[in-house]
Amino acid sequence: MTRAVAVGCVLAIALAPAACQREQRRFSEVAPASGLPDRLRMSGFNPGDPGAPTTLRNPYEGNAWAVSEGKRLYTAMNCVGCHAHGGGGMGPALIDDVWTYGDQPGEIYTSIVGGRPNGMPAFGGKLTDPQLWQLVAYVQSLGGGLRKDVRPTRSDHMSVRPSEQSGLPKAPRPPR
Amino acid sequence: MRLVLVLLLAALAVGCGRPAALDPAGPQAAHVARLWWLLLAVSVVVEAAVVAFAVYAVMRVRRPAPAAPTLAAEPRLERRLSTGVGLAVAVTTLIVLGLLIASILTERALGALQSPAPLTVEITGHQWWWEAEYWDAVPSQRVRTANEIHLPVGEPVLVRLRSADVIHSFWVPALHGKRDLIPGHDSFLWIQADRAGTFGGQCAEFCGYQHAHMRLLVVAESRGAFDGWLARQRQPAPEPGDDRTRHGRDVFLSGPCVLCHTISGTPAAARLGPDLTHLAGRTTLAAGILPNTPGHLAGWILDPQRIKPGVHMPSVGLEGGDLQALLAYLGTLR
Repeated sequence: MTRAVAVGCVLAIALAPAACQREQRRFSEVAPASGLPDRLRMSGFNPGDPGAPTTLRNPYEGNAWAVSEGKRLYTAMNCVGCHAHGGGGMGPALIDDVWTYGDQPGEIYTSIVGGRPNGMPAFGGKLTDPQLWQLVAYVQSLGGGLRKDVRPTRSDHMSVRPSEQSGLPKAPRPPR
Repeated sequence: MRLVLVLLLAALAVGCGRPAALDPAGPQAAHVARLWWLLLAVSVVVEAAVVAFAVYAVMRVRRPAPAAPTLAAEPRLERRLSTGVGLAVAVTTLIVLGLLIASILTERALGALQSPAPLTVEITGHQWWWEAEYWDAVPSQRVRTANEIHLPVGEPVLVRLRSADVIHSFWVPALHGKRDLIPGHDSFLWIQADRAGTFGGQCAEFCGYQHAHMRLLVVAESRGAFDGWLARQRQPAPEPGDDRTRHGRDVFLSGPCVLCHTISGTPAAARLGPDLTHLAGRTTLAAGILPNTPGHLAGWILDPQRIKPGVHMPSVGLEGGDLQALLAYLGTLR
């Protein structure tokens, strides 16, 4: 009995550091990329060799604080104006698993930095790189692309769906 | 020896100077200060009485102590004790009731300050700075500024309080007590400054990482000086006069600054950060924690996260020439 408690304690202590990265607040960070990645893919139709897809990693993908900062920016920079709180409107929905320009962090980054045809404005040069990556992390979390425990815990506004943290099953892909 | 210690402590206390809350600059703070002095006086008397009784009890130890405590009933002693305790309870209740009445009278006095058509300042708390809007029936005449509010001396001013994110608390000790800014719930406060001067304020409700660095300044000045200030605030930013400041404006309008800040008279009209239309006319930067000099402003633009970690302003990397031009342009915004 006593041994079981001791083993439990040791395990709990050993597991605790796993939460550190999630809560770390990195205020002065130099993000890995700045400006547009080399291959900006505007559509699926590409002349010649499309090349390998962008393989940038998001430095914030395991960090809950950065994701919630991204959520703040998502409202502050009026992403909600077109994409609503993920459900889409004038712009495409971000909570389903349809990604017109790719669901990889580098591809989402490219969409935000360079803009996309038919309405998505370019935010490159207007937001700093750490802010851009925080936004990318939040957009990833909307589509279920991040670990459940780093998604924002609750919504500050009336929402038609539960918060990101609650882990709603993904909407089925609409028929094409 | 003990006397010397007491004198030393007293001398130290004198050296501290008077805290702003006990040096009221207006009727509202004076009501609060009066209540504070009353509470202090009553507490000192009660404390002295309690200590005196305790000391008396310690001195009056029966020597030698009885070998075994007597368990027999002592009706005379019992009656004395009951009377004593009953008296103490009655006095305590009376004192507490008296303080309650004093508190209610103070609240009534605070509510009495009013004016039919007051100057109205709407203050919005943000993490971690103060937005102030001088209300006017004509929208174009409204003035928006940040972290530094000006008031005319001797007039009641209505302060409306709201919050953009979490709970803050507006506290200018020389003018009034604290009042919380609660998201989704407007509250208000009447203040009046009876003498000219600059009074410090501070957020008094923990509101996150930089709560301690959320300060504001209240400048009370004569009606004439105040009208002049308000008229200047209503002016849009001046057009840049030379190439350098023009380049600085271009840097502002094409960089990240424009997404959060307003400079009226330019296309910059975002309201996430403080209004910068008259930035150079303010005495402090970053909600009262830095003096407003070009050097501090440059440091703040390049790396606000070092000065105020966690602040929502990002570090803006600018080339030397662009930064100098931007500083020159911001310096013209008086």
